[in-house]
Amino acid sequence: MSFEKKSNGLRKHIVGMLVNDEPGVLAKISGMFTRRGFNIDTIIVGKTNIPDVSHIVISLLGNDRTIEQLDKQLYKMIDIVKLADFSESNAVVREHCLLKVSSTEKSVEHLNNVCKLFEARVLHVNTESVIVELASSPSKIDSLIETLAPFGIKELSRTGVNALQKD
Amino acid sequence: MNGAEAVLKALQEEKVRHSFGVTGGSVIPLFDEYFKDNHEIRHIPVRHEQGAAHAADGYARASGKPGVCIATSGPGATNLVTGIMTAFMDSSPMVALGGQVATSLIGNDAFQESDMMGITLPITKHNFQIRSPEKINSTIKNAFKIATTGRPGPVYIDLPKDTLMKEVSAVEKVPLHGYKPNLKGHPLQVKKAAELLLNAERPVLLLGGGVILANAAKEAAELALEFNIPVITTLMGKSAFPETNALSLGMLGMHGRKCANYAISNADVVLAVGCRFNDRITGKLSTFLKDAKLIHIDVDNSEIGKIVPSAIPIVGDAKLVLQDLLLAAKKFSLAKKTTWSEKLKVLAKECDCDLNISSNPADPKRVIFEISKVLKENDIVTTGVGQHQMFAAHFLKRDRPRTFISSGGAGTMGFGFPAAIGARLARPDSEVFNIDGDGSFGMNVQELATCRFENIKVIPVIFNNSYLGMVRQWLELFYEKRYSTVDLGQSTDFSKISEGFGVKGLRVERPSELAEAFQAALKNDETTVIDVAIAPEANITPMFSAGSSVFEMFGPCITENYFKRAL
Repeated sequence: MSFEKKSNGLRKHIVGMLVNDEPGVLAKISGMFTRRGFNIDTIIVGKTNIPDVSHIVISLLGNDRTIEQLDKQLYKMIDIVKLADFSESNAVVREHCLLKVSSTEKSVEHLNNVCKLFEARVLHVNTESVIVELASSPSKIDSLIETLAPFGIKELSRTGVNALQKD
Repeated sequence: MNGAEAVLKALQEEKVRHSFGVTGGSVIPLFDEYFKDNHEIRHIPVRHEQGAAHAADGYARASGKPGVCIATSGPGATNLVTGIMTAFMDSSPMVALGGQVATSLIGNDAFQESDMMGITLPITKHNFQIRSPEKINSTIKNAFKIATTGRPGPVYIDLPKDTLMKEVSAVEKVPLHGYKPNLKGHPLQVKKAAELLLNAERPVLLLGGGVILANAAKEAAELALEFNIPVITTLMGKSAFPETNALSLGMLGMHGRKCANYAISNADVVLAVGCRFNDRITGKLSTFLKDAKLIHIDVDNSEIGKIVPSAIPIVGDAKLVLQDLLLAAKKFSLAKKTTWSEKLKVLAKECDCDLNISSNPADPKRVIFEISKVLKENDIVTTGVGQHQMFAAHFLKRDRPRTFISSGGAGTMGFGFPAAIGARLARPDSEVFNIDGDGSFGMNVQELATCRFENIKVIPVIFNNSYLGMVRQWLELFYEKRYSTVDLGQSTDFSKISEGFGVKGLRVERPSELAEAFQAALKNDETTVIDVAIAPEANITPMFSAGSSVFEMFGPCITENYFKRAL
């Protein structure tokens, strides 16, 4: 994932938060994004090691001003216990992807070689397709998708960006 | 103890003395507790839940204490929505309690079920649904803490019926880890601000509603008087600084005073406290404070830099920051800069126009003039929304904080009358005038019954022009007089409506009768409605049109050229 500014002043921003694990909290947070006109690129939610506290990681594109305003709005939200801005230098940034790729007797070996190069795992094989898994940096997943495209991608599911701050 | 009793107990522990609301199916258990004689909360059963929310809001604005309103589930709770949103836009501390269907029925489209957590989400500072009676006490305490601290605002609490009916077996604490308002301003920023302000050639203070909310009027006045700095307020900041003081330039904005709009456009340093630069005060953004350096103090970090970039941002409580700023400023020994201030004092006087107009039917300014004559310093004025509101905001001078109560951000018609009821209960020793329009007053006219049966005295003064006057004015000025849907038809006689509610009503047809009507209303121990026929097509000016710069004002008094030459 590239963190440098794009030509239109937009840059990728990743924000992680610990939130109270209660009904409606996700709606409160995603509702604030809609209301104030921020576009969520990816969002993931999961349990943590702390009881009743969940982790949310949101990635989005924005300019400096919208991102500053977003951080301030998130800071105000009472159900957010802790807020952190992630970048590639201060955090480990990963994503998980499942791909269903068309395969034939002829192409399967070539497919398998590509997967090995990317350290992607083949999880399921039948006569029509293979299901491949890759957990890596978002940019590496982008490259895998690009490389497998000529084989014919039938379906694809990405989790969105996950991240943990380095100590 | 059941849940309902726990709710009442928690309200008592929060020192609640008044609540406003309407009963209904899912809050019967709560009002069954109210029926008992073991508490000190006076509940005002209003006639419409919107009235309850505005009354609670008016109570909060007049007293600084949180207002409490209660409604049943479904339509009762949705009727609170406009009032909650009004409080949210003006950062008024409020706790709204809504009934809800039993937890086992939630999500089933049960009778009188509505998703109030979803509906109130974008219009509250926070909301809670209490699903277990053990959490009632702690949740209500958290709600009051959130509503009243940092930047105040409304908190909604959803109370499923079974939560109210179940026995409370234990008290469970609900943590509030994610709530830490920043109150103390950064000392270095404060020092820089003091230096910038005192070195300015043409400084002004811009006081917003936050100054009143933080009870910081004394500190703001000290700063202005000590360093001879002219003061401008927003609509919400009106009464934060004595408007009869020579340093007061009055209100800024679309219907602001010309001296205020011109002064801020010519200032080199603006110290803004507790205001959020709404489009009605900034006008065209690209020209607003173009050459001025802004020091922006706000307890809500997200307001800083949201609209206008600031040279020195300070996040903190207005009172604490102004105290620190005063201390810091007093350390600089600089000569008072008087030229700018003295010139502005003169220009401000030139913007005072004659209100004692004898034309018939009454000019709205004449009604303001007559009210000014009977109004005491501690009396409270509430308003609806529209022309009458701007006449009051522009021409009426208020000297004490919390004596001018108006719906600013939301612009909610129908706010003024129920807000007056709340204000009167909060401040029973003050007379409460509700300056209203016939359109606005009509939107919550049912609360006349509340005044009658709860024996609450307020004085509604209706500027009756049989028009939705502000929109009519826009249609006249900007739509070639195409008066689409603004004519309210044959004039409504509000004195007769009042009689129907058992309240005294006076109809004033000519301005010479105004003084007598006000005297009669003041003498009466009960509510008197004064329905004043005003010039139907009187316009509120000066103003600037939407999208113009703040200094592009039209209407009477001085011109911008005159102002610049006089400096």
